[in-house]
Amino acid sequence: MTLTLPHYPMPDDRGRFGRFGGRYVPETLIPALDELDTAYRAAKTDPAFLSELDRLLREFVNRPSPLYLAQRLTDHAGGAKIYLKREDFNYTGAHKINNCLAQALLAVRMGKKRVIAETGAGQHGVASATAAALLGLECVVYMGAEDIRRQSLNVFRMNLLGAEVREVTSGTSTLKDATNEAIRDWVTNVRDTFYILGSVVGPHPYPAMVRDFQAIIGEETKWQLRAVEGREAPDAIVACVGGGSNAIGIFAPYAYLPKDQRPRLIGTEAAGEGVETGRHAASVAGGRVGVLHGSMMYLMNDDEGQIVPPHSISAGLDYPGIGPEHCHYSETGVAEYVPVTDAQALEGLQLLTRLEGIIPALESAHAIYHAVELARTMRPEQVIVVNLSGRGDKDVAEVARLLDVPKDAPTVTPAIQKPAIQKEVLA
Amino acid sequence: MTAVQSRGVARIHAAFERARAQNRAAFIPFMTGGYPTAEGFPAVADALLARADLMEVGIPYSDPLGDGPTIQRASEQALAGGTSTRHTLGLIKELRRRHDTPIVVMTYVNPIYAVGPREFMRLAADAGVDGLILPDLPPDQDIEIADLAAEYGLAVTFLIAPTSTAARVELVAKACTGFLYAVSVTGVTGAREGSALGEVPAMLALARQYAGVPIAVGFGVNDAATARQVAEVADGVVVGSAFINAVKNGQDVGAVADAIAAGCQR
Ligand SMILES: Cc1ncc(COP(=O)(O)O)c(C=O)c1O
Repeated sequence: MTLTLPHYPMPDDRGRFGRFGGRYVPETLIPALDELDTAYRAAKTDPAFLSELDRLLREFVNRPSPLYLAQRLTDHAGGAKIYLKREDFNYTGAHKINNCLAQALLAVRMGKKRVIAETGAGQHGVASATAAALLGLECVVYMGAEDIRRQSLNVFRMNLLGAEVREVTSGTSTLKDATNEAIRDWVTNVRDTFYILGSVVGPHPYPAMVRDFQAIIGEETKWQLRAVEGREAPDAIVACVGGGSNAIGIFAPYAYLPKDQRPRLIGTEAAGEGVETGRHAASVAGGRVGVLHGSMMYLMNDDEGQIVPPHSISAGLDYPGIGPEHCHYSETGVAEYVPVTDAQALEGLQLLTRLEGIIPALESAHAIYHAVELARTMRPEQVIVVNLSGRGDKDVAEVARLLDVPKDAPTVTPAIQKPAIQKEVLA
Repeated sequence: MTAVQSRGVARIHAAFERARAQNRAAFIPFMTGGYPTAEGFPAVADALLARADLMEVGIPYSDPLGDGPTIQRASEQALAGGTSTRHTLGLIKELRRRHDTPIVVMTYVNPIYAVGPREFMRLAADAGVDGLILPDLPPDQDIEIADLAAEYGLAVTFLIAPTSTAARVELVAKACTGFLYAVSVTGVTGAREGSALGEVPAMLALARQYAGVPIAVGFGVNDAATARQVAEVADGVVVGSAFINAVKNGQDVGAVADAIAAGCQR
């Protein structure tokens, strides 16, 4: 057993990161959250749990994921060295599996036979369905109707894995509504159901627990970077933020370092068609403090408290809030959050694909775009690590649609021109 | 402060006391503010208020995660019709001109934060609201809201559920100033087939040890027969989805309310 789970000074006993976080949920769930908290605390230091998780992360997930120097991308930007933390190499294609396997193991440990999950892009749903199949658990995944359309490939994968996908048509038919539905299911079946939450959101202890399970991303980055650069901390880390789990996974191991040893931590939020248009999912840039899904956070909501439907080209970032720990980082200056638009993300996706032969998830493409912009302002001896949260297979059909590739296009298509993208996205 | 503080609390307790003196459980109908439309709501509310000991008005909210499909759809419809937080409080203010029945508002915490906790309490008190029911606010989460409510003379009601441990029941019961709301089932709101008291008696026996306020039971009560069962053990019976369904189906809400109210007689 080599795996240890980190102990960070936050949240406090009440599940607060500064003024963010907490447990704003129906009373029915409070005992379940207490039970989960107790079980998690015990598991966290139990050698049996840790060695089983460690084995699965190595043998099943394919960890450690490589830290890869993107030389051609670096040359293109003409500034800082850009490394990619390749979470896209994880089995099932994204960082989500780290957390899902850990939570599913916890479910088994707690004697639960049924797990539920919410999903936007489908990556968390696929990861949950995979973990459930592996561990012999019944699995139900809630997914918005709009996301089911955008991510039909992942719906099929979940079904194949034996999970039931329940379509959610309330509200905006996307991730926030799928999350509401999963919470309602949990309120109803709390005694025998484990809720595998997919990001660093929700009531305490979820934001802390999911962070701890994802922190392996940053922990690996430390020793991998030491091997190639002779130092553990890069100058900057860039990661996309939906709820914020892949970002917190790579930030947290650095976030609690003294200020002078800390890299710049930058989260890219989905700015959709532009923060000023209102059609975005940038909760820090375009939201204000509110409560959703059990925790206090930056939230897109109007002056009467109704949630404003978010928009992003990527289903996984299409969420009106951002995890409470990120809110605290933002408020205290530990991390910065920058908006990246749909058009810019598409540009990032094509750039990485053309220059490195890596098709990133649309989510990760937000981080790629910003990292290139940032690298340009930095010096060649400086280092940026980008968390490449997932691979783009799930998005290719949607990207083809956005790039206006005709359905009957010949199999060998001419190079896709940039102006075509911009026209479609900005129209 | 105590003089103001007593207003909502006193009115709510008096309503339960009156019902008890008549050997009834208090009849507490619920209706979503602005449902079915802003124009149609007052007539529905009039019909319910005329029969209620206490009325619950829900502030329509986009993400009501403690509610089942019936109330959720009603909220969506009310919101689509332009009703929202301030508007619902305005509708209540109108009702106050015609009715003296205590009114409590059911609201999720986000609308309170968005309007601003102090401003929200001021508007609610000004509208003649007597108390608040906060389905996603466990009492140990946010003391500010309860304190502000007290400052503005509003009673607060928190919820217990069949899953609540004895320690939670004690904490919640002691935090309530209006009445204690016991959720009859592990689940969200909504009318249910096959009424059974299930875990309610045991939950109430536990709650009685700690509660210095009346105890109402809700979630899933949708007809006179269920109301009668609940009335045997509780001080009040809350009924919501049944009335929304009645409105939706074009039934006479007053008649449906009469039937269920009769069930509250012991
Ligand atoms: C590849 C990928 N990256 C990022 C995200 C965003 O989630 P988070 O911010 O929790 O990492 C998702 C969510 O589905 C995803 O699939």
